[in-house]
Amino acid sequence: MGVKVIIPTPLRAYAGKRDSTEVKATTVGEALGRLTTEFSDLRKHLFTDDGKLRSFVNVYVNDEDIRYLAKENTPTKDGDTISIVPSIAGGNRLACCSC
Amino acid sequence: MATATTLKLSREITQKIREHGAQSYPHECCGALLGHDAEETNAVTTAGGVSAPVREILALFPLVNRREDSLHNRFSVNAEDVRDSEKAARDKGLDVVGWYHSHPDHPARPSQYDREHAWPWYSYIIVSVAKGKAQEMTSWRLSDDRSEYACEEITMRDSAAR
Repeated sequence: MGVKVIIPTPLRAYAGKRDSTEVKATTVGEALGRLTTEFSDLRKHLFTDDGKLRSFVNVYVNDEDIRYLAKENTPTKDGDTISIVPSIAGGNRLACCSC
Repeated sequence: MATATTLKLSREITQKIREHGAQSYPHECCGALLGHDAEETNAVTTAGGVSAPVREILALFPLVNRREDSLHNRFSVNAEDVRDSEKAARDKGLDVVGWYHSHPDHPARPSQYDREHAWPWYSYIIVSVAKGKAQEMTSWRLSDDRSEYACEEITMRDSAAR
């Protein structure tokens, strides 16, 4: 038994189409590290190029937002559930793309 | 290279997105697109002869723009809203397959900010609203490697929304 990590729908294609997986980890950072080692294609969607968690990636341990705990140093134990939940943002100005 | 994809939605849903954009003017509106990816056998063929996966939008879940500043050129959907949207989708037997937002007095083209904040797999509909009137509507999808934000073809479906 380890820590269950719930993978959000838009990232399941990069995690073998799974909706969750289990990892052995004592902190959130370690869990996300093991997750992205197992499924390397997840990394660029969760972390910036300099290794920071992207601002629109929200991580919860048993429904508690890690921003209000110890962030990536938040401890985890067997039986805990880590949820990765997207937030969505956008807006106009400086058009980047065309059809 | 992103896969060519097609988004299928009814005129009623199209109209609801346009109305939400017009009502929210001069601020940006936002909401969730509820639907599913069609089976491969339903795939249509694009003009170039390539088989394009079809995604159907069957319902909307309008949301409140959570930005407290720059409401005219930014929108934000927080994690709680995402969870609520996912629950609304599950209740209808659907998935959250994307998001829509408006560009007040700006073309329906994604911004660099849109692209930087996009998730892969989701469809992102943009409706342009000029002086309070909804105009062009486009849809976009981020490529697997985040390098390309490609437009999706939008086609109309006759049946009503759920």
